[in-house]
Amino acid sequence: MSALFAAASADADIYVAQNVFFGLIAITMIWAALRVVTTSNVVHAALWLVVVLGGVAVQFLFLGAEFVAVTQVLVYIGAVIVLFLFGVMLTRASMGADESVAREKRTMATVTAVLLFAVMAVALIDSFEDVRLVIDEPQSTTLVSDSIFSQYIVPFEAVSVLLLAALVGAIVVARRD
Amino acid sequence: MTLSVLAAEAVSGGSSVVHDANWFLENAWLIPLLPAVSFLLILFFGKRMPKQGAEIGIAAVGLSLILAVLTGFAWLDHRDNFEVPGTEEHALVVEADGSAGSDELTLTAAAEEESDEHAETDEHADEGHEASHPYVAVQNSTQWLQSGGIEFNAGILVDGLSVMMLFMVSLVSLLVHIYSTDYVGGDRRYTHFFAFLSLFTASMLFFVVSDNILQMIVGWELVGVCSFVLIGHWWEEKPNSDAALKAFLTNRVGDIGLLVGMITLFFAAGGGLTFDTITINSEIVAGNVSHTALVVAAASLMAAVMSKSGQFILHTWLPDAMAGPTPVSALIHAATMVVAGIFMVARLYPVFFEGMQIGGSSINLLATVGAITLVFGGLLAFVQDDIKKVLAYSTVSQLGYMAMALGVGAWTAAVFHLFTHAFFKANLFLGSGSVAHAVHSFDMKKDMGGMRKFMPKTYVTFIIGSLALAGIFPLAGFWSKDEILVGTGGWGLFGGTGGNGAYTFHLTMGMIGAGLTAAYMTRAIYLTFHGEYRGGHHDEAHGEDADHDDAHAHGDPHESGPRILVPLYILSGFAILAGLLNLPSGFQLVPDSWQERFGHFIEPAGASYFPVIGHGGPSWSLAIVSSAIAVGGGLFAFYYYFVRVDRMSKQLGESLTGLPDGLTSRNSLARVGHKVLVEKYYLDHLYTGVIAGFTKGPLARAAYWVNQNVIDRAVDTAGTTSVRAGRVIYDRIDQGAIDGLIDGTGKASDASGQGLRHINSGKVQNYAAILFAGAALLAGAFIIILAL
Amino acid sequence: MLLNQFLVLAAILFCIGVYGVLVRKNAMLVLMSVELILNAVNINLVAFGALNDDVGGSVFALFTIAVAAAEVGIGLAIVLLMYRNRRSIDLSEADMLKG
Repeated sequence: MSALFAAASADADIYVAQNVFFGLIAITMIWAALRVVTTSNVVHAALWLVVVLGGVAVQFLFLGAEFVAVTQVLVYIGAVIVLFLFGVMLTRASMGADESVAREKRTMATVTAVLLFAVMAVALIDSFEDVRLVIDEPQSTTLVSDSIFSQYIVPFEAVSVLLLAALVGAIVVARRD
Repeated sequence: MTLSVLAAEAVSGGSSVVHDANWFLENAWLIPLLPAVSFLLILFFGKRMPKQGAEIGIAAVGLSLILAVLTGFAWLDHRDNFEVPGTEEHALVVEADGSAGSDELTLTAAAEEESDEHAETDEHADEGHEASHPYVAVQNSTQWLQSGGIEFNAGILVDGLSVMMLFMVSLVSLLVHIYSTDYVGGDRRYTHFFAFLSLFTASMLFFVVSDNILQMIVGWELVGVCSFVLIGHWWEEKPNSDAALKAFLTNRVGDIGLLVGMITLFFAAGGGLTFDTITINSEIVAGNVSHTALVVAAASLMAAVMSKSGQFILHTWLPDAMAGPTPVSALIHAATMVVAGIFMVARLYPVFFEGMQIGGSSINLLATVGAITLVFGGLLAFVQDDIKKVLAYSTVSQLGYMAMALGVGAWTAAVFHLFTHAFFKANLFLGSGSVAHAVHSFDMKKDMGGMRKFMPKTYVTFIIGSLALAGIFPLAGFWSKDEILVGTGGWGLFGGTGGNGAYTFHLTMGMIGAGLTAAYMTRAIYLTFHGEYRGGHHDEAHGEDADHDDAHAHGDPHESGPRILVPLYILSGFAILAGLLNLPSGFQLVPDSWQERFGHFIEPAGASYFPVIGHGGPSWSLAIVSSAIAVGGGLFAFYYYFVRVDRMSKQLGESLTGLPDGLTSRNSLARVGHKVLVEKYYLDHLYTGVIAGFTKGPLARAAYWVNQNVIDRAVDTAGTTSVRAGRVIYDRIDQGAIDGLIDGTGKASDASGQGLRHINSGKVQNYAAILFAGAALLAGAFIIILAL
Repeated sequence: MLLNQFLVLAAILFCIGVYGVLVRKNAMLVLMSVELILNAVNINLVAFGALNDDVGGSVFALFTIAVAAAEVGIGLAIVLLMYRNRRSIDLSEADMLKG
């Protein structure tokens, strides 16, 4: 964090507000994410997830990717969360306690996660120590759409087919017969 | 040869392709489209049609056949009369080169009748003809999409090879459609069956007219899927669905090879990043592709050929695929789909020709795999009791011939054999189906015998098919098989045929195969049609036909109806006559204009996308020797079955299927050989028992065992050895230290083995934790290494 | 702003997601943790896209969102099937892979 503030103060004034705002959002997101993985109530977890996803949308705005941010809100918060809630309802998962987790399991997971984070943090700080992001203006949606339908047409088609396959697959897997 | 190369270069700057041609040639895409539409129609409306969808399929495939025939005629015209712009310059080149040929050349330029040219000095006339009318394929493609500067085209490539395949596939398919209306009549998935026959026909036709390798992959996979669906048509019985799965999975093995090979070609061919078959082939012929890339591509594509075309070690799915209905076996597993691999080699021939260095060599992978397949497949056919399995192994063996022919550079011979084989093998399969339809079983030993009396018409067609298969003069198989043998060039050691190399080993295998073929077909004929009828005492219908047979399960078998017999007649006709399409040149008894017609129209000799291959001249001595071997093999089996077994049966008054004191019961070596054949060389055991079974459980146990017995023991042995050494040389302290160390190592490895066993807990999250932690550790190690 | 602000935030979310995947017994909660991981990846994609002034990052973030939607659909179908067969979506009970 100190590096963050140092960078901010070294920069032009306009970045200070952004950085403070970023910090607030980031801390909220991390807290919410922690609640997602620790709360014992499934519905609460889903609601905490909404907070994280909303935070991610705001991060996209910071990065100038407006269209992605809007899509994030529409698809994730609008659709995926609803899907989750339906899932919770259909499986009648215990609304209350997610039974206590064995201590050794929790230790194992904590060690793994911390180890993973340590490796990533070292790599990131080592590689991008003070690379600045200069975002003058948001990315135009025209640009995004043009590039989807020209340069990235094949991945786009592949994703379409994937969605179709997932649709069929979900029906086949879930239907009663 | 130089002349034709020159000619090829003149055509539009080195490419042997035109885009404007006869309407039929340009619009050959209609041929696969029709059955594809029919598939959808049958699927959605078939059940409501008066004939439950069969009529849609027959109409569509019939139209396809008509179009294919018209395309064929258009191609004949195009091949002989296509004028290259600026031909006259060419004529000059030719004239300067071959002064003796100049007279004929003017004749050719005036588009005279072929026979006139050939009447005089053959070669010059021929090459003069090549010069003014070079082999030019027709391509008609449209851009499908483009991404990142790479164009994905969809199109058709029509040349002799694809025209031949279009005709063959649509004809066999039409006959199989008609046959099926009777054979699977009343089946509970009748409509479904016809829908997939249509889809299969569409995909195969789509595959053969593809003008780029991407499209070929699509067609290839589609025929695989159809094969899967149709083998498992009666999936209620476990063996059938198992066979379908086996076919599918075995083919997946090869498909990986196909993908790798195609990707290699895509990147290797001249750096052009193109999928276009012609471009890739031309680049290879022009020598712009690194040899290493070609070796990789050819070897990978070999895997695809081995699985799809049933070459040795990946052939095991093909006999099992006989679990499908007989028309499917005839169409897919004999005449069309299994030759997809052969077709692919023929289409991408430069890859193999250059990659495997076929010219001027005497051994290569493709030819050797083919040669081994043809002999081993033929041997396996001897021990089968199921008539369809005999034919299945016979198919494996014949596919071996084709692969071998391609491997030795006899391109035309391979393609010609593919063509003739389709007819007589479809004929045999449909014939066996006709018999099985009557007796409701495929078991020759239990339920057949003496069928000649009940089904004289089927008998005659079956005999014709068998003679053609065995390569008896003058039926189709004789001509194509003889050409393959000539193409090996191996006879050169005994007196000159010429070819691409001296493949003597392959010639020998081919000869043995010819003898085997005749012998196992004689055996099958005897067991099926001669002797006394052994069936009938089983009252209940059994076998695969049980599901779909109609009411006549009881009583004596009787001849099949016209919808089964007519396709048999037509196919027998082709089995007799197809060989005459490619009489060898220099065959003195026929007019010259009849010689090598097939090769002339089909082989892209001199085209920019085809390598320069040598051609063996026909050899009387070779033809006579190979025929003698075939006849000898047939006579040997004839003597055993028709004379000795028959006599014994009459003595004993019962219908025998072999001598009671045969070779296998007298000679232990023969018994072992027989056992190996019955067990199909134990390949299935290798795949399921050893490989699959090994990875399932024993691998884990074996790792533990290795840990316990090998590592520990090694460590212990090392320990005790050094202890002994220590006792002799060092004092007790030293010995104690070493001992402790060794023991420690032993204990540690034991403990780690025990510890690792706990990892295998079955809890998904534990696996995930190991995965993540492992990834983190590896990444950490990577960072540290980079930092150092 | 620094690039690392976003990357480190993404790394933290990723690791929290991993923790969730490893520790949660309820299959629904595991799926939610997977969403955390996917979102962390998305932040990375968009951040690098912004760094290189390339629209590709955003495009692939969109693709990831689509793929994530498909993943949730299939995942829920599987969870549903598991619930129907076992009357429980407790992952610690699903240990048929045991060696």
